[in-house]
Amino acid sequence: MNLQQSFRLALKSLGASKLRSFLTMLGIIIGVAAVIIIVSLMSSLTNYVISTFEDMGANLITVSISGRGGNRSVSPEEMQELALDNPDIIGYISPSLSVPATAKVGNTNVTLQATGVNEYYDEIKQQTLQAGRSLFFTDINERSKNCVIGTYLVKELFDGQNPLEQTLSVNGVAFTVVGVLEETANSSSFGSDNALLIPYTTAKQIGRGNISTYSVSAATKDTIDAANDLLERFLLGKFDSDDYFTLIDQAAIIEELNKLIGMMTTMLVGIAAVSLLVGGIGVMNIMLVSVTERTREIGIRKSLGATPWDILGQFLVEACVTSGIGGIIGIGLGIGGASIAANLIGIPFTLSVPSILVAFSVSAAIGIGFGYFPARKASRLNPIDALRYE
Amino acid sequence: MIRLTDIYKIYSDGDSEIRALDGISLHVEKGEFVAIVGSSGSGKSTCMNIIGCLDVPTSGTYQLDGIDVSTMHEKELAHVRNQRLGFVFQQYNLIPKLNVIENVELPLLYRGVPSAERRKMALEALDRVGIADRAKKLPTQLSGGQQQRVSIARALAGQPPVILADEPTGALDSKTGREVLEFMKQLHREGNTIVLITHDNSIAEEIPRVVRIHDGIITSDTRKEAEA
Ligand SMILES: Nc1ncnc2c1ncn2[C@@H]1O[C@H](COP(=O)(O)OP(=O)(O)OP(=O)(O)O)[C@@H](O)[C@H]1O
Ligand SMILES: [Mg+2]
Repeated sequence: MNLQQSFRLALKSLGASKLRSFLTMLGIIIGVAAVIIIVSLMSSLTNYVISTFEDMGANLITVSISGRGGNRSVSPEEMQELALDNPDIIGYISPSLSVPATAKVGNTNVTLQATGVNEYYDEIKQQTLQAGRSLFFTDINERSKNCVIGTYLVKELFDGQNPLEQTLSVNGVAFTVVGVLEETANSSSFGSDNALLIPYTTAKQIGRGNISTYSVSAATKDTIDAANDLLERFLLGKFDSDDYFTLIDQAAIIEELNKLIGMMTTMLVGIAAVSLLVGGIGVMNIMLVSVTERTREIGIRKSLGATPWDILGQFLVEACVTSGIGGIIGIGLGIGGASIAANLIGIPFTLSVPSILVAFSVSAAIGIGFGYFPARKASRLNPIDALRYE
Repeated sequence: MIRLTDIYKIYSDGDSEIRALDGISLHVEKGEFVAIVGSSGSGKSTCMNIIGCLDVPTSGTYQLDGIDVSTMHEKELAHVRNQRLGFVFQQYNLIPKLNVIENVELPLLYRGVPSAERRKMALEALDRVGIADRAKKLPTQLSGGQQQRVSIARALAGQPPVILADEPTGALDSKTGREVLEFMKQLHREGNTIVLITHDNSIAEEIPRVVRIHDGIITSDTRKEAEA
């Protein structure tokens, strides 16, 4: 009996009990789909997170200062000086002074964190403008009431209309919108589209706080470590101990995130793998039942000259066809499900091809592996015992 | 053709043992038509299953066509069953989910006959038993007599030299039973070697050679010389 005949036979016998075949496949379908959805979503998420962070400036180092006693801060001038003294290592430095703010236009208001910055901030964060201009040195110097806003505010406060030269009140103080940042995150309230940039000098007046955070860009990607060392030495000179400040560079964050996502992926894939295993056991269970049920058929086939290999092949092919069809359906559902889920979450979908290959080979292997024992049981039946079986 | 020498088949479960065959020697020539007769439990089926290579004796030798079958392993036995033997069972033993022609094709399938030729041979066999028009029906859609004809067609399809029939008329009424017997006779005239088990003395009377078994032993072996 050749392979083609075996396949036709297997399809026929699966077709003879459709509901049962479907239930058997269901385990495989769910397992394969789960593996693909999880791996694809996680890799989509990873790509998205990394590209977001890179958008925010891959050379970025964030300096947070908690300070101690009367010495709570480092002035913007001192920081600026450090940048100017080390042009090979440090690109730009900008204060990043967060001020809780209520932005209001007419009767609409939005609560957010306004950020007090200097004229280098856009450069450091690698942000571009889609309209108007950035804050200038003169805005900082004159403590102007000009601001640059993200597209989330354009949408919320200006109904998507052109906000340039319009007035916006921040904690009751009137500001003029001079620029709009390029949209980066679908104008959602999460992420960098929810931004209100004002001169740090003005922010200091409104918020009355110390400047505890600076955004620093390394001169190039390769000087991130050097910039880190330089900032560390400089701040140690100021505070004696590194308990009073923290340096976080973007590369380290990305690395940490990657590690975290990797761990989560491993865990989730583990769970999915268990469901695939359960699916495999389902196949084995059904095959065992089917062997028992068809003992008499096996006896008849043997009496007509089927060799043990013929019988083994018949049941193996059946198991493989079951898990193969299940695997293909699972792949379809997995790709569909992952792309829909990515859409709902709002991240660009990246298909993980290796996960498809792995999921499919695993489902095929399950067919062979878990189908083998029942098939071997069938092939070893003594013809006369099988024939007499009721 | 068939040569059984000192065949024993002993079933032992725990302390008691059942001697289903208690030293049987039987020689069947090519082209003979033999009836095996005996009361229930006398060992007829056991003997037939050994002749049919479905079962192995506890001891003794069995030669089929001069080849010692008793030492063969399962794969070789499968080939012997496939090429030399055709079975007709009391309960027909058709596979319910396969239709009539697919059932008849089975021995040819396991022989590796290509599909077109298989179909042709199966149809010829069905035609011989007179139910070629039911080829696409499922076994459950046929009467008992028709199902038995299908199983005969299946036994004939591969044109094996030996036909073994274990109470082929047992489940049929006497009229259909007679039809089956007539058919067996015709096969015999065409040169097949046939071994048939029966309870029915009126059937046994029409068969040229009758072997009687009692408690696993052959008690008589008579040949009729007069034959049509
Ligand atoms: N698998 C088995 N295990 C134990 N004993 C068995 C087995 N198969 C057959 N026997 C015993 O062997 C003896 C012969 O059985 P067999 O089936 O050959 O009888 P038979 O002549 O065909 O009877 P019947 O006319 O009722 O079909 C019986 O006593 C039976 O109980
Ligand atoms: Mg019997």
